[in-house]
Amino acid sequence: MKEFKHSHHAHCESGVMSSMLSHHGFKISEPMVFGLSNALNFAYIPFVKIGGMPLVAYRSLPKSIIKNIKKNLKIDIKMETFSSQEKGENRLDQLLNEGEIVGVQGSIYWLDYFPDELRFHFNAHNFLVIGKEKDEYLISDPVLENVVKCSRKSLRKSRFAKGMMAPKGFLYYPVSIPQNIDLKVIIRKNIKKLSRTMLKTPVPIAGLRGIRYLARSILKLRSRDKKYAKLFLGNIVRMQEEIGTGGAGFRFMYASFLQEASELFEDNKILNEASQMMLEVGDEYREFALVIAKSIKSKKEIDFEKISNMLTQIANNEAKVYKKLLEFS
Amino acid sequence: MDVNNVPQDNISTYGKAKKAIYAKDINGKLQTTCSTGWNVEETVTTQALQELDEQMQKALEEVKSGTKSPLYYYMYEKRMDLLLLSQVTGFFKWRIKRDFNPEVFAKMKTSRLLAYCDVFGIELDEIKRLPIERV
Repeated sequence: MKEFKHSHHAHCESGVMSSMLSHHGFKISEPMVFGLSNALNFAYIPFVKIGGMPLVAYRSLPKSIIKNIKKNLKIDIKMETFSSQEKGENRLDQLLNEGEIVGVQGSIYWLDYFPDELRFHFNAHNFLVIGKEKDEYLISDPVLENVVKCSRKSLRKSRFAKGMMAPKGFLYYPVSIPQNIDLKVIIRKNIKKLSRTMLKTPVPIAGLRGIRYLARSILKLRSRDKKYAKLFLGNIVRMQEEIGTGGAGFRFMYASFLQEASELFEDNKILNEASQMMLEVGDEYREFALVIAKSIKSKKEIDFEKISNMLTQIANNEAKVYKKLLEFS
Repeated sequence: MDVNNVPQDNISTYGKAKKAIYAKDINGKLQTTCSTGWNVEETVTTQALQELDEQMQKALEEVKSGTKSPLYYYMYEKRMDLLLLSQVTGFFKWRIKRDFNPEVFAKMKTSRLLAYCDVFGIELDEIKRLPIERV
């Protein structure tokens, strides 16, 4: 059995894919996984409430990274869900016995190795199970520095948590990885695809239109009570920074992908420039978060106009990145 | 963001954990750096936790005064709300609201109680009353 090397990543799903594929001999960085699976996005869905707050996301749907890596790189990844907890647990044990490292989806609330402060009901956390010692599982959680242990009961609760995006014991592992994957072709195709979707999303709740929609909704907070307004703004920042995004709602990670891509294309100028631009957009997101945090703490009136304008400006500048990227593809 | 601008604020909401953030090193290369947290994150996480705690304290008072059943308290203690509880149990919201009534709760079938216990991760004798340290 090959020795597994744990790596500390920024984000769960892309981190799992990077560690898992690298373990099987296909070395690929987290940003490359993220870029090749077209995972960057934005969504603001006011009618879907989580903890009383509208859904705000800086990436595509959960599981899409796994599915897109499978599709775009033609890697045969076996994915299984289970009708009963026993079956799901037995299958995991069986795979571990065969020496497999297994990607698993679960609710973060039940994972007792996380600090209490971060244990919210979020069903789409991903991590690797790499072994079992008596009644404890060895977990390589990409967002943590080291390998941790998790009790059987806790893992079972997590894997079979119910509700929105219920994992149903979801597990996955690669069966075969093709030789000679030509990254360049896939990079080109996906950069083009992403730029187009971000610039021309057919629905007003996603892509750049989603960002602008959120900016307008922030203005409407003027007529809401102050506590709600603060919770609403705080929720945006939590989705951008608190959950593992690598900073600035995945924008830094995407900038890193563009940089790596530019190297593959013999220091392609356009990609390099776009990477810089995305990095700057990321800095603007951080500034936006900072202004919100200050408003939450302050007793003064919140300057909604300023916050909203910042976000609109971010959308404008992010649009420039995608336009730049269209020059490449 | 440059590597030396990556916040190292040792925030309380990470426990002892560190997080990987993408930043530019001195050679201009973007890669992950460990961060002990950013004050901004601490502010918004604490805000969310305080909101949950307020709801829980309010629920505790209502259960103590006999206007609500312990189910109401546990919902908040387990960081849920009515919508989430309805999603995880598959029960209708209006029926769950009925179960918040202490009289209805007292007559509840064991099977239904167990369904609640399951999503809260507690035992049958626990759900029938408030935790001892809270009384």
